Amino acid sequence: MDLTTSEGARMLKSSATPQDASSTKAELSPQASLSLPEEPLFVIEPSNSWVAINLRDLWGYRELLYFLMWRDVKVRYKQTALGITWVVMQPLLTTLIFTVFLGMLVRVPSDGLPYPLMAYAGLLPWTFFSGSVSTSSNSLVSSANLITKVYFPRMIIPAAAVGARLVDLGIAFVILAGMMLYYRVSLTLNFFMLPVLVVLVTLLALGFGMLTSALNVKYRDVGMILPVLIQLWMYVSPILYPLSLIPEQWRGLYSINPMVGIVDGFRSILLGRPFNWTALGFSTIITIILLIYSAYMFRRVEKGFADVI
Amino acid sequence: MKPIITVENISKQYRIGTREAPHHTLRDALSSAVRNPFRRLREQGQKKTETIWALKDVNFEIQPGEVVGIIGHNGAGKSTLLKILSRITEPTTGRAKLYGRIGSLLEVGTGFHPELTGRENMFLNGAILGMNRAEIERKFDEILAFSEIEKFIDTPVKHYSSGMYLRLAFSVAVHLEPEILILDEVLAVGDSAFQLKCLEKMQDIRKDGRTILFVSHSMQAITRLCKRAIYLSEGRVMDDGPAHQITSTYLSSRLKTSAEKVWTDLSTAPGTETARLCAVRVRTADGDVADTMDIRQPVGIEIEYEVLQSGSRLVPNLHFYNEEGVCVFVVGDLDEQWYRRTRPAGRYRSTAWIPGNYLSEGTLLVGAALTSYDPSIVHFYEQEAVAFQVIDAQDGDSARGDYTGPIPGVVRPILRWNTEFDISSQETSTPAVEEAAL
Repeated sequence: MDLTTSEGARMLKSSATPQDASSTKAELSPQASLSLPEEPLFVIEPSNSWVAINLRDLWGYRELLYFLMWRDVKVRYKQTALGITWVVMQPLLTTLIFTVFLGMLVRVPSDGLPYPLMAYAGLLPWTFFSGSVSTSSNSLVSSANLITKVYFPRMIIPAAAVGARLVDLGIAFVILAGMMLYYRVSLTLNFFMLPVLVVLVTLLALGFGMLTSALNVKYRDVGMILPVLIQLWMYVSPILYPLSLIPEQWRGLYSINPMVGIVDGFRSILLGRPFNWTALGFSTIITIILLIYSAYMFRRVEKGFADVI
Repeated sequence: MKPIITVENISKQYRIGTREAPHHTLRDALSSAVRNPFRRLREQGQKKTETIWALKDVNFEIQPGEVVGIIGHNGAGKSTLLKILSRITEPTTGRAKLYGRIGSLLEVGTGFHPELTGRENMFLNGAILGMNRAEIERKFDEILAFSEIEKFIDTPVKHYSSGMYLRLAFSVAVHLEPEILILDEVLAVGDSAFQLKCLEKMQDIRKDGRTILFVSHSMQAITRLCKRAIYLSEGRVMDDGPAHQITSTYLSSRLKTSAEKVWTDLSTAPGTETARLCAVRVRTADGDVADTMDIRQPVGIEIEYEVLQSGSRLVPNLHFYNEEGVCVFVVGDLDEQWYRRTRPAGRYRSTAWIPGNYLSEGTLLVGAALTSYDPSIVHFYEQEAVAFQVIDAQDGDSARGDYTGPIPGVVRPILRWNTEFDISSQETSTPAVEEAAL
């Protein structure tokens, strides 16, 4: 029972020939036109411990940063009844509670500002900072599926977590503007320092976020201790009280906390009073040192993420 | 020609077992944050960790436009190799040079978020795979049409069925246009119709002259898509060469079954006191024992057995199973010479010939049995006694003709077709048609 009748095979063969030839040609021509670069696009080899930050690579992936930020913002308030209103509700409710207990009952001084305004102005950068740090510290661990399956500069992940919080910060500013109108606080030239402070607090959050996220990959302890640390950090920052409450002789030591200069800076913008340049200087220096250290340390450990996560 | 990928002595070591134990305390965590680099150096000398080499001294070159299949058992290092080439993890030693943009697809739907809609995920997933926004926007309609889920594109993917989810994810992935495409077993998803579509798309990619590295457990997919295959075993390159040759080497090692199985000691060979099995072999028409068969050529299965007691009516029979465990057919020896008569003691060698252009592509496992009737006794039934692979060189004269995609079915015969053609119904007939009609 030989199914290949010679006739049938010949027929199929003859009909196949012309098309076959054309398909081989189609396969060959692009190869011929494909020109390879002289130098390899990528060389994959074990890197030594300290590697430079590849800014060009980061720039090439800026769209991914944007998409991840956008995803974080979009997803965070999906399936919540109040949606984006939560961005406003959180600091507002905290402000309300602080106003009642600390402002009205304990009568914490407020540098001549209405207490709610002072508290809100402090909570504004603080909520951004603590939110950024807590989401970015978990960002790598929760993106394990991405890290083990696709290449991109890993720094994008904690950066996107911080970036997404910037959107919240922007919305919180709208409320602040409303409060300022209500309390008839007028703007001064100090207002122009606002972008500087926003950049500073963003970089601080980024530095701290990169550090904690990278550590969290290997030591999940970080995820345990961080909420406690952030809580403590809030009390040693002038959020619920003004910087002026700290005795003069301790202020220098107190200002080593980089959030001091930033939070006080935000208040100075509202009050139109001179900035505490010492505290701001401390904040800037510490932020830069932290950012550089974190970035290098991140680069050093990121190559192992896919293996340990 | 200059290779597009050069892999030089790549090795990758993983630590296993007790690697993390001394690190798990908080104190260590905090202190190592500060003095990590120095600490690591010190530890290297002291700590005894168990290590394994997932890859060891892997070398190969890939030319532009080549489609290379990577095969190997689980844990052979295939995924590690793809991860290194995708820059997800670094090699411990060695280096690889890539002369083209890489797109890797180690998983379908990487980064999909259940709360986002199909459209949103399409953009997100595209960005994760390395497409830019303009590129995704340009291809949006094409991707959408390919996915066949137009109606649900604005529904959150958490409401998708798993099939829809995979369709969308795969549609984005196949529209990646890197010079080097790395695929890990991703074709093994979705329903068969969609799989077919994806394989066809792969053929298109191949025809564009792009380089593809492709891990699969389907030897059919490998032999069909790839001209060349690399066989990894325990982190080393065992074999590298023409796909059909490498896959058959691999299969015989995987199945622990080859084209020949011989029992030298008759007392332990399968069987009863009536008859025992001596050998089973796969032979070509020329009589050579071979484990790779051209789909167009006949295949002979030879079964050798010793009849120890005369007087039984014995029927040798063969059981053919394919890779999926589907029974392709069972065949008994009906040869008049022996079928209706009892056999005297002695050594027998029976061969069944499967015609060319009858079996489908893929692996066939052959079970060999000897049965007697009245009373019905199975003297031996050796399952998976031998195995062989049927390959289609795609020369255009097999049952597939010029078609290059996958063809389902357990057999693939060439049948005689008869076409009736009525010229009078054709209003405007070209001369060519008239000629054919004559």
